[in-house]
Amino acid sequence: MQTNPVIKLADIHKVYHTGEVDVHAVRGISLEVFPGEFAALMGASGSGKSTLMNMIGALDRPTGGNYLLDGIDVSTLDRDALADVRNEKIGFVFQGFNLLSRTSALENVEMPMLYHRHRIQSHEQRERALHALDLVGLGDRADHHPNQLSGGQQQRVAIARALVNQPSLLLADEPTGNLDSQTSIEIMGVFQKLNDQGITIVMVTHELDVARFTKRRVILRDGKIVTDEPVQNRSFGEKELQQLRAAQQAVKLAS
Amino acid sequence: MRIFASLRIAGRALRRNKMRSLLTMLGIIIGVGAVIGSVSLTTGATKQVEDQVASLGENVITVFSGNFTSGAMRGGWGSAPTLTVADALAIAQLPHVLAVSPEVRDRAQILANGLNWNTQVMGESPDYPQILNRSIASGAMFSDQDVRSLAKSAVIGKTVADQLFPGENPLGQILRIRNIPFQIVGVLTPKGFNLFGQDQDDIVVVPYTSHMHRITTRTFVSDILAEASSDKTINQAQNEITDLLSARHRSKEPDFTVRNQADLMERVSAASRTMGFLLAGVAAVSLVVGGIGIMNIMLVSVTERTREIGIRMAVGARAADILVQFLIEAVTLSVIGGSIGIVGGVSFSKIVAGLKDMPTVTPVTWIAIAFISSAIIGIISGFYPAWKASKLDPIDALRYE
Repeated sequence: MQTNPVIKLADIHKVYHTGEVDVHAVRGISLEVFPGEFAALMGASGSGKSTLMNMIGALDRPTGGNYLLDGIDVSTLDRDALADVRNEKIGFVFQGFNLLSRTSALENVEMPMLYHRHRIQSHEQRERALHALDLVGLGDRADHHPNQLSGGQQQRVAIARALVNQPSLLLADEPTGNLDSQTSIEIMGVFQKLNDQGITIVMVTHELDVARFTKRRVILRDGKIVTDEPVQNRSFGEKELQQLRAAQQAVKLAS
Repeated sequence: MRIFASLRIAGRALRRNKMRSLLTMLGIIIGVGAVIGSVSLTTGATKQVEDQVASLGENVITVFSGNFTSGAMRGGWGSAPTLTVADALAIAQLPHVLAVSPEVRDRAQILANGLNWNTQVMGESPDYPQILNRSIASGAMFSDQDVRSLAKSAVIGKTVADQLFPGENPLGQILRIRNIPFQIVGVLTPKGFNLFGQDQDDIVVVPYTSHMHRITTRTFVSDILAEASSDKTINQAQNEITDLLSARHRSKEPDFTVRNQADLMERVSAASRTMGFLLAGVAAVSLVVGGIGIMNIMLVSVTERTREIGIRMAVGARAADILVQFLIEAVTLSVIGGSIGIVGGVSFSKIVAGLKDMPTVTPVTWIAIAFISSAIIGIISGFYPAWKASKLDPIDALRYE
């Protein structure tokens, strides 16, 4: 690929100074992710994948190495500048959805625009939020509150929130961790659809089944990359869902 | 972040815990309400006293005669016969003196209409009503001619009229003071009790000459009432009177004292200033207590909403955005509390005013002070929790359960 990478990690290190022993969570990772990619970061607990995810998400800074996000050197930015980077360049999707309860889906999606460096008119906020909800297929649930939505619908709202500022990168941290298998497939289908539209996605997961929906698999162990390869036999949301339905009908679980 | 959005977020957060918000506000509500209520009542009472002082006559200067000393016994002010009618007439010529009345006091049993009554009989000049801010309800004041001719004319107060002429018109009737008949020429408009609890309508006023020559046989007056030309010249007039009398009496030690209404006013306002300081102290204490309540709840709120703070930071809220959000929440609490307190305090004072028939005045400055100080309390008590929230690490905050 000839274009500039969205993520360019060069020999990234992260050392936590907790107590007397220094914990070396990430030990020299170099990684490039190009526009339009759909990558899965995998690894057992303690492999450093969450730490790496936090640094890619500009929530944390590396203690060594360089990180260019969309051409910006994130490793040297201060707290406020990191907040702006998170606001404009990155969309987050979390395992626990992390929606604000007692706040409508629409207002949840509008929230990142409140913190935008440039003022966005409220009617434009509303339009963009509705558009994002349409993208994830929830345009008709804009006024519902999180407790009126199913887990899969809540995660779709979270995805809409992540997309609303048109970020360069969509970061998902175990997005299917709290969902049943059918809903997981649906959500992965949503991600695939977004990726087809050109959105770059990096996802952390520990499930191989989930990783099969992505295009690239990066596996970490002890703070280092041990595997980085394209995904063979990719799963596709539509097809998997049909198969699941057929199986359910066979045992009369669904009509 | 826009203030409007912050206000909306704050409003939603406060509505989420209505009961808690209300209880938190209660500290401020009670504090501000108590202050506004008591300020209204004391200001009303002070104003009532000031009105009474003013009703004694504005710009009045009173000259008391001096201290009577007999051997080692000293009689105190007013005991020595030192002031004469000539002194009063000389004072009347001073540039800043508008009116003068030599005053002679005596208590006497008076008879009329087959009834009798013990009352204060005053010898005065025709300027008396003007100096003391009184008016004649019916009839007229006696004249300078009456003074010159030692006329047997009397002006009576409402109480005397009611006691001696119940249900009758006293005008033109005869009144006997020490068996000397006086004709009633006027009745004073009622004025009620003065600051010291004396009935100002329980008097008979006659020309001072008649008093000194017919009723008593005095050559000295009890005191001299004078009216300064304006409130600005009252001190000047007082000095002129002092200088004049010192020169006239040629005494080494002053054998008289001069007091003016401004002195009395001064003492009244000193009392209300002390009351004001006391109230300000109570206000400060109650607002501090209310502020502690707000700080406490805001700290709880920040802990409870750690995850929300993490989410907001993850989607790009800066530390300042979080700080402002929680500050606005605290200020909203305290300002709403303060406003309710102001309304409550004013209504409370109005209710008390209605029940107790007391005048109440709520000074606008105190409303402004109460409003501004509740806003400041909100900022001060909200700052630490808000600062704590803004310093949270987004990763820790997101992981918080």
